[in-house]
Amino acid sequence: MAEAPLIELQQVSRVYGSGEAMVRALDHVDLTIHTGEFVAIMGPSGSGKSTAMNIIGCLDRPTSGSYLFGGVEAGGLDQDARALLRRHYLGFIFQGFNLLPRTSALENVELPLIYKGVPRAERAARARAALARVGLEGREGHDPSQLSGGQQQRVAIARALAGGPRIILADEPTGNLDTHRSREIMELLAALNRDEGLTIIMVTHEEDMAAYAGRLVEFVDGRIARDTVRAEAG
Amino acid sequence: MLWETFRLALRAIRRNALRSFLTVLGVVIGVAAVIAMVTVGQGSSAQVSSDIESLGTNVLMLRPGRQRMGPPSGDAARPFREADAVALAELPEVAVAAPVANSSQTVVFGNQNHLAAITGSTSDYLTVGSWEILRGRSFTPTEERSGAAVCIIGETVRQMLFGNTDPTGSLIRIRTVSCEVIGLLAAKGAAAFGQDQDDVVIMPLRTLQRRLSGNTDVPLIMLALEDGVSSTAGIRAVETLMRERRRLAPDEDNDFSITDTKQIASMLTGVNSVLTGLLSSVAAVSLLVGGIGIMNIMLVSVTERTREIGIRMAIGAQGRQVLMQFLVEAVVLSVIGGLIGIILGLVLAAVASHFMAIPFSPDPLVVLLAFVFSAVVGVVFGYVPARRAARLDPIEALRRE
Repeated sequence: MAEAPLIELQQVSRVYGSGEAMVRALDHVDLTIHTGEFVAIMGPSGSGKSTAMNIIGCLDRPTSGSYLFGGVEAGGLDQDARALLRRHYLGFIFQGFNLLPRTSALENVELPLIYKGVPRAERAARARAALARVGLEGREGHDPSQLSGGQQQRVAIARALAGGPRIILADEPTGNLDTHRSREIMELLAALNRDEGLTIIMVTHEEDMAAYAGRLVEFVDGRIARDTVRAEAG
Repeated sequence: MLWETFRLALRAIRRNALRSFLTVLGVVIGVAAVIAMVTVGQGSSAQVSSDIESLGTNVLMLRPGRQRMGPPSGDAARPFREADAVALAELPEVAVAAPVANSSQTVVFGNQNHLAAITGSTSDYLTVGSWEILRGRSFTPTEERSGAAVCIIGETVRQMLFGNTDPTGSLIRIRTVSCEVIGLLAAKGAAAFGQDQDDVVIMPLRTLQRRLSGNTDVPLIMLALEDGVSSTAGIRAVETLMRERRRLAPDEDNDFSITDTKQIASMLTGVNSVLTGLLSSVAAVSLLVGGIGIMNIMLVSVTERTREIGIRMAIGAQGRQVLMQFLVEAVVLSVIGGLIGIILGLVLAAVASHFMAIPFSPDPLVVLLAFVFSAVVGVVFGYVPARRAARLDPIEALRRE
């Protein structure tokens, strides 16, 4: 393969605290993810899956080991440089939606574009397009409090998409939704992956949701216990 | 980006309108107090200076009695006589010297009456006091010598007795004296400390002495020095002559006092600026307290919006952008407070100036300084909360409920 993998963790460890209170959240993890993959990460709580997501999402740094992002070492970057990586290449979706309260859907989606320095007119157009992509035309002016949970998560997905990221990182995106809404969200994510070739990495603890992904990575005790690629996602 | 940050700040302030208002109240009061104090202070200084000018420059006032502080002593001071003024006027340093006696009397015209200060003097009094005759004429030497029943009245007295009609030629009654109004003085307005200078009736000294006071005492001599004569030289000449005339031995102290209006002017201006400075610095302290209020609320705001900060950081905001967001918010808050304070302060100063009858002339420099100072308060007291926000760990911030 000529192209470097999008994400490559080499012998990554993450240790919290020191001495007696030392906790090894990640223990020499190797993980490679290529462009266009839809990866589900599962595991019991404390297995290190959230820590892995934080490191992949450039919110945290590995204690040791190497994190290559698009073939470039990203593990040793400082706060500001990692903020730039997040701004330009990453889109986040959270369990609790994390929209700004008392701020319209459109303005929430515009947020990453403001930090990217996109001029105002273009910003609004791109934000509208992103909201349309997730099926929320006509809701641009609504506050999060006026939207259902599923709609709020769609706004969050639009916000993650608006900046034109290379990867969407989803942390339990259906954790606060009922089964019906969860399926809608997962179908939206799967469609983004299938139709637009967007790389998606998702942490979940629900087997049904993980089934939408083409690859399942299971963490146990800070290590990858299983890494299965499915021929056909279902 | 800065414009975006500014809009963001305005929105955050509007979102919590009541709290924002209470937050800036300290700055509002501080700025308003400083502006009002300084403006009123400068106005009253200007008033004092113009009063002194209207008195005429280089005017000396001679009064019987020792010049000293403390309670009056038992030894009665000999009053002056009219001859003293005549002798003083002959000094080469002195331009004119006016003997002055006063009496407070009710003045009656028709069915109107009014209590006025009656001044007995000569036409030189008008020169020394920089009075101008608006209508009619001053006393003739004959009238002064014979103690004729004539008088010149001020604008206030005219208003009380005659309204807007021409008073000259009318007869007014002062106690038993029927007195012809021969002149009307041009209005001067209120003096420092607010007494009305136009509430005055002037008649020849001898008229007042014979018909009203019944003695020949002259309790005050006002004299104007010749142009180019320094106060010091003038005072020395006057002092020498008066000691001679009052036959004081070389080792005796003066039994009269000489006041230079310039001294009064500088003393009043000095007192004024000390007071203004003092009050303004007290007001400035409240600005400081206002700044602490802003810091307090910004710290609360950062804590409340930890999650928002986390979201922004996850989306790609760098620490300095978060810092700017909160710093700009603090500065916008305090500048809004400053602007409200400036308006409020100017209104207060205008109202106070109106009631104190002093000129209202706001100093643009003071307004600018107050504005800049309120912005500085925002930067100084907004920095700590903003830095706290910028240093948050995004993972921790996102986890916060």
